Amino acid sequence: MSTSKLLIAALAALPLLTALPTAVSAQDFAITNATVAIGDGGEPIEGGTVVVRGGKVSAAGAGVTVPAGIPVTDGTGAWVTPGLVVALSDVGVYDVGAVSESNDTTGGSSPFSAALDISPAINPAAQQMKLARAGGVTRASVVTGARGSIFAGQGAVVDTGADPDAVMKARAFQYVELGEGGARLAGGSRVAAHIYLRNAMREARAFAAGTWKGDEAMLTRADAEALGAVVSGKQRLYVEVERASDIRIVIALGREFPKLDIVLVGASEGWMVAGEIAAAGVPVIADALDDLPQSFEQLGATQSNVGRMVDAGVEVSIGRIFGEEIPAYVTQYAGNLVALNNVPGATGLTWGEAFATISSIPAKISGIGGKAGVLKAGAVGDIVIWDGDPLEVSSAPVRVYIDGVEQPLDSHQSRLRERYRDLDESDLPKAYDW
Amino acid sequence: MASASDKGGETAIADVPFPSTYSAYPGAPTALIGATVFDGAGDRIDNGTVLFADGKVTAIGDASLTIPDGYTRIDGTGKYVTPGIIDIHSHLGDYPTPSVAAHSDGNEATSPTTPQVWAEHSVWPQDPGFSRALANGGVTSLQILPGSANLMGGRSVTLKNVPSRTVQGMKFPGAPYGFKMACGENPKRVYSSRGPSTRMGNFAINRQTWADAKEYADGDRETRNLAKETLAGVLDGDILVHNHCYRADEMAQVLDMAKEAGYKVTAFHHAVESYKIGDILREADVCSAIWADWWGFKMEAYDGIPENAALIHQAGACVIVHSDSANGIQRLNQEAAKAQASGKRMGIDIADAEIIRWLTLNPAKAMGIDDQTGSLEAGKMADIVLWNGDPLSVYSRPEKVWVDGAMLFDSSDSKRRPVSDFELGQPGEGDVK
Repeated sequence: MSTSKLLIAALAALPLLTALPTAVSAQDFAITNATVAIGDGGEPIEGGTVVVRGGKVSAAGAGVTVPAGIPVTDGTGAWVTPGLVVALSDVGVYDVGAVSESNDTTGGSSPFSAALDISPAINPAAQQMKLARAGGVTRASVVTGARGSIFAGQGAVVDTGADPDAVMKARAFQYVELGEGGARLAGGSRVAAHIYLRNAMREARAFAAGTWKGDEAMLTRADAEALGAVVSGKQRLYVEVERASDIRIVIALGREFPKLDIVLVGASEGWMVAGEIAAAGVPVIADALDDLPQSFEQLGATQSNVGRMVDAGVEVSIGRIFGEEIPAYVTQYAGNLVALNNVPGATGLTWGEAFATISSIPAKISGIGGKAGVLKAGAVGDIVIWDGDPLEVSSAPVRVYIDGVEQPLDSHQSRLRERYRDLDESDLPKAYDW
Repeated sequence: MASASDKGGETAIADVPFPSTYSAYPGAPTALIGATVFDGAGDRIDNGTVLFADGKVTAIGDASLTIPDGYTRIDGTGKYVTPGIIDIHSHLGDYPTPSVAAHSDGNEATSPTTPQVWAEHSVWPQDPGFSRALANGGVTSLQILPGSANLMGGRSVTLKNVPSRTVQGMKFPGAPYGFKMACGENPKRVYSSRGPSTRMGNFAINRQTWADAKEYADGDRETRNLAKETLAGVLDGDILVHNHCYRADEMAQVLDMAKEAGYKVTAFHHAVESYKIGDILREADVCSAIWADWWGFKMEAYDGIPENAALIHQAGACVIVHSDSANGIQRLNQEAAKAQASGKRMGIDIADAEIIRWLTLNPAKAMGIDDQTGSLEAGKMADIVLWNGDPLSVYSRPEKVWVDGAMLFDSSDSKRRPVSDFELGQPGEGDVK
């Protein structure tokens, strides 16, 4: 342990980037002798090597040869993983949650719904972006909350790099809220939500077929057009539901509109219908640790939900990171699912399975499967070097690369930390300490 | 700081309406052997022995401690023992789950000052959250506070985390009352139309209320006035002030207001900026009850940093890790571990045993129950958690939890797990949670 601590200290002592030069390019580099997690569900590999060339992973694992001439970092004692992927978040769309002027997380009273497109609201310079990458999160799906209608609009896939190009994929998916929340939005009942949803699907189909009549329609033209991509299966439909019976209804909806490409979001009672979800081939984005009957649609909530669904063959990602949560919490959530293996009667995940729920699986659900969240040849060069087991609460990234470019890890928070390392104001006020 | 027991214990309790009817459940004399013991007071014993009987800790020591006859031995090799975790800031019961409007009982948001309300009159003992806090968080005592809509939110209540048909059956015997106050954004937002609508308005109303209370307290106190009785209790030092306050500059102003009015602030809660004034807080002997790293959800939380706890500790002031959350209360140990690691990365090394104190003896002290619980000391309540691994690791969970020597959670016995009335006959009744 002492040797590895020394090497980690040496790694951490290397000068860290605090600002990027105006033009940056991907570096070729290799890390050797590290514990490497590929992100594909397998267990971590001791003494592994990761090679990044031209901004992409070129090789990772055991027995990998480092090509001659590229810089090598000895990663003894360190862990190396792909950049984490958060399946759903509001990263980059607000500065301060309760400061509404800075907050673009909901369309509020907009006349539009499904047409809402989060991508122009995303701010690559937001503090949340900085905290995300400092926490090892390099990619995320971002979405607004549903407010004016059951349709929240179209989410985007972003990277958290310190560059202007945050949006990797705009209009990546449509988001609809059913269950108790959707029922309130649609007029006060699940009945209202379902007729609204079906009508919207029919109008979208009509729009795509050129038979949509605006004067008879409930949707705006823009919303009908946006939903066309959903009914034709070109755009995934994320459906937020919690209750077992609501999950069954969503699966049935998939039979009624066979081209729908559905992702379940929430699914607190998913374990009660896990076999049906697996048979339908529908992936799930779940809250890992929900175990309270927060509402009547979550009476069956348990931390074993994810483990039971995975055991039934469901593809599960964790991480809905909104509000006071920060993206880096996903590692703690995943670690807790591993902890369940030591709780009699509980169903947890192996370390590799847990890590996949915050790397390769959210990448796959977000439409960047094989390209991110995994250390495979050809994947983006998103690499995180950690000072310990990344799922352990005491660990943190030491270095983060996105597309092969080393990232600054500083933020408003780290600047405050440095200013207040001591409270000495004998010469000048703290305001001069920067 | 005064506590009820300083004021005469049982006699004082008898004078208080809604008295505790809690009594300990039966337990067997038990010896926990071979585990790493964190005593809650900052000490660590490897291969330690903890003995308890008749609801009390009887002895604690290393492997050489003699185990009297009649003690059930539990092998803790590879495991850890701590005092029961204590959450100083919880809304279990007054904002219970399911969190439907009919259950919203935490804020009497009808006036900016409601010192007359008592949180215990809102607590629903069937809140399923109590059981999660016990089983996943090892929480054995907790303070239920009114919310933060009001400048003066009312009295708190301290509970033992033992299921009961009544709130009185959960009340921690002899615990002093707390008094909830709130700074900053919440009161001025909630009352923006009627006032206060500014921070200066917040202070003006508080100061006038204290001045009026002083007049009452100095008088004969014969006319019943529930609000002023509470405030007089604070001025007497019998009721401990727990002040929700995020910003450093605002905490400093509150300390001066307290000086003017003649009361003491026991703890600032949600004190995300305490790291800026650790010296002032040390001098004032005020604890900071904080999250590890919550940040950015409101303007006054914008300067929160994960090194807050370590920097407060470095300044010599008191740190408490709190939850304010039915989820967070299940993982206070993990939050403390995060705060420890953030400190370590900036060069502030704090021993594991000291970190455990942030969850046990420090909150007990700020709740005025440190003479009864919060550390593993002979004569104190046998509120004990046996963890299946290092409590500062994400991979560890409580294996067994005792409250006053009674085993109320055992992870290997599915029946030794509380199930609230609400959950009977529902999906997941009795499930692992």
